[in-house]
Amino acid sequence: MNSISVGVWAVLLVSMPLALALIAYVFGRRVRPLLVWIAPAAMVACVVGIVDALMTHGPSVYQVGGWAPPLGITWRIDGLCVAMLSVTTLTIGLVCVYAAKYFSDAEDESGSVGSDLFWPLVFFLWSALNALFLSADVFNVYVTLELLTLASVGFIALSGTPQALAAALRYLVLGLLASLLYLMGVALLYGTYGTLDMGTIADQLTPNLPTWTAAGLLLAGLIIKTALFPLHFWLPPAHGAAPAPASALLSALVVKASFYLVLRYWFDVFDVSTVVAGQLLGSLGAGAIVWGSVLALRAERLKNLIAYSTVAQLGYLFLVFPMSSSPDVAKTAWLGVVLFALSHSLAKASMFLAAGRIAQLGNGDRLDAMTGVGRQAPLAVTATALAGVSLMGLPPSGGFAGKWMLLVAGVKSGQWWWALVIVLGGLLTAAYLFRFWRVAIAASDSGTDSAVRTNWQLELPAVALGAAAMLLLFFTPQIVELLELQAADSSNTLAEAIP
Amino acid sequence: MTTIALYTLAGIGLFVVGTLALFATPHLLRKILALNIMSSGVFLILVSIARKDSSAAQTAEIDPIPLALVLTGLVVAVSATAMALALICRYHAATGRVTLPEDSSS
Repeated sequence: MNSISVGVWAVLLVSMPLALALIAYVFGRRVRPLLVWIAPAAMVACVVGIVDALMTHGPSVYQVGGWAPPLGITWRIDGLCVAMLSVTTLTIGLVCVYAAKYFSDAEDESGSVGSDLFWPLVFFLWSALNALFLSADVFNVYVTLELLTLASVGFIALSGTPQALAAALRYLVLGLLASLLYLMGVALLYGTYGTLDMGTIADQLTPNLPTWTAAGLLLAGLIIKTALFPLHFWLPPAHGAAPAPASALLSALVVKASFYLVLRYWFDVFDVSTVVAGQLLGSLGAGAIVWGSVLALRAERLKNLIAYSTVAQLGYLFLVFPMSSSPDVAKTAWLGVVLFALSHSLAKASMFLAAGRIAQLGNGDRLDAMTGVGRQAPLAVTATALAGVSLMGLPPSGGFAGKWMLLVAGVKSGQWWWALVIVLGGLLTAAYLFRFWRVAIAASDSGTDSAVRTNWQLELPAVALGAAAMLLLFFTPQIVELLELQAADSSNTLAEAIP
Repeated sequence: MTTIALYTLAGIGLFVVGTLALFATPHLLRKILALNIMSSGVFLILVSIARKDSSAAQTAEIDPIPLALVLTGLVVAVSATAMALALICRYHAATGRVTLPEDSSS
């Protein structure tokens, strides 16, 4: 019974944005108010519905179209999935509000077509992300990954400059390579187990050569898409070239989606406890933290600085894997990394939105042209401060809660060197963020216009996202309670879910 | 048995050749072709998986799921290739180049 009402919300979360994307493409500017205000509100209602259903009935499995595996596709609605859905909806909803103003200003100036294409892409991305978070079918995940890649390529190429086109092409070629590695893994898994259902594969898992080859291929593909060091080189030009609202979505959500799959496969399907693989991924993560921060310290443009910061912050996410080999801390590390990922999504979206607003004030995106910008756009700079606290991992912020759990897990498992990396990364984050704040707060040069030019629609979404990243700390117990709603035994829930 | 093994080996061979070509050639059109050869390799493996028990009789049952995966994969490959070609055209029109700039980091 209950799985039906959960299923309705889940189906709406995927099909509604897909329909809206088509409507946005066909009707263009005439339906803009529907897209900017009504659609996000409806999506929020669906997410509230699915959270409520999860809290009252517990985790469940929904079979799309009533077809049971092995033929049908399974969606799994549990704490982690719903947490990702919630953050995605909050982020995209606020980005929509911001983008409506951001692009309408651009339309007034140049009448560019890029903004008309933004709206179909947003809803395609939204649908792909929701389907990816829900799916528990290895091949269905491949399809959602491809949808996500194609939508992201569209975002990167949106501005149409040669740099943006080159960045989009580079991302597309690498993304397709990653997808094919993933698909090869899927083929091997199907050849070995005769099913595409993640739960069934996990139940039947036997350690043999095809399984480990498949696991290696799947993880390699997903890691390329997550831009883990040293495969991060495509990310900064891509995220830097996109318009600010698109950069926010790419940096906050798209790379998190492939990481979410790494987390799922590692803990739920393959249950990997090999020390070597964990230490390897952890070392790459540590490399990302240091190298990404160094590049951020040398960046000359604000958006590039934030994009390099994403490379560094993604490194933290991979510190969970070396800790997963000690069973007593694996849970703490898992919760920590999920909290960190959620707060990074909110904080990074806030950063990019604020950066877009600051660049709009007339002086462009270069750091050395931003002197005194704090006086012109105090709210936007406040947003970067709120988000920055979370990125640095200082209290009170969700980033602090996540880093703290990772630190505790690192020390408890006797792997103190990861704790050192976490602390060093925090200091480096402070160093590169203060490069911006020092310029922003400085007194502006004489002669420049330093009057406050507040634009609520361009600044409040950034402030709200930054504040949400902070507020996560105060809701940590509730989020942990939500995340612990996992399907304990997938076979039990499967039997109940058949309508 | 031998034909199936042949298909599987050919699939792996295509996948490897495609991967090598992807990294060896700077020309964007060749990179897209290399990706298509890689996907053909995966599809060939999926097709060979669909017919596992061929050692018994030539009229063995054919598993429809891998074939459905190949069809879906083809649709995805066609759309991605179309998008890549459109982007390459735009890129060529804007810069006159057919290769990506060497230095990726700005």
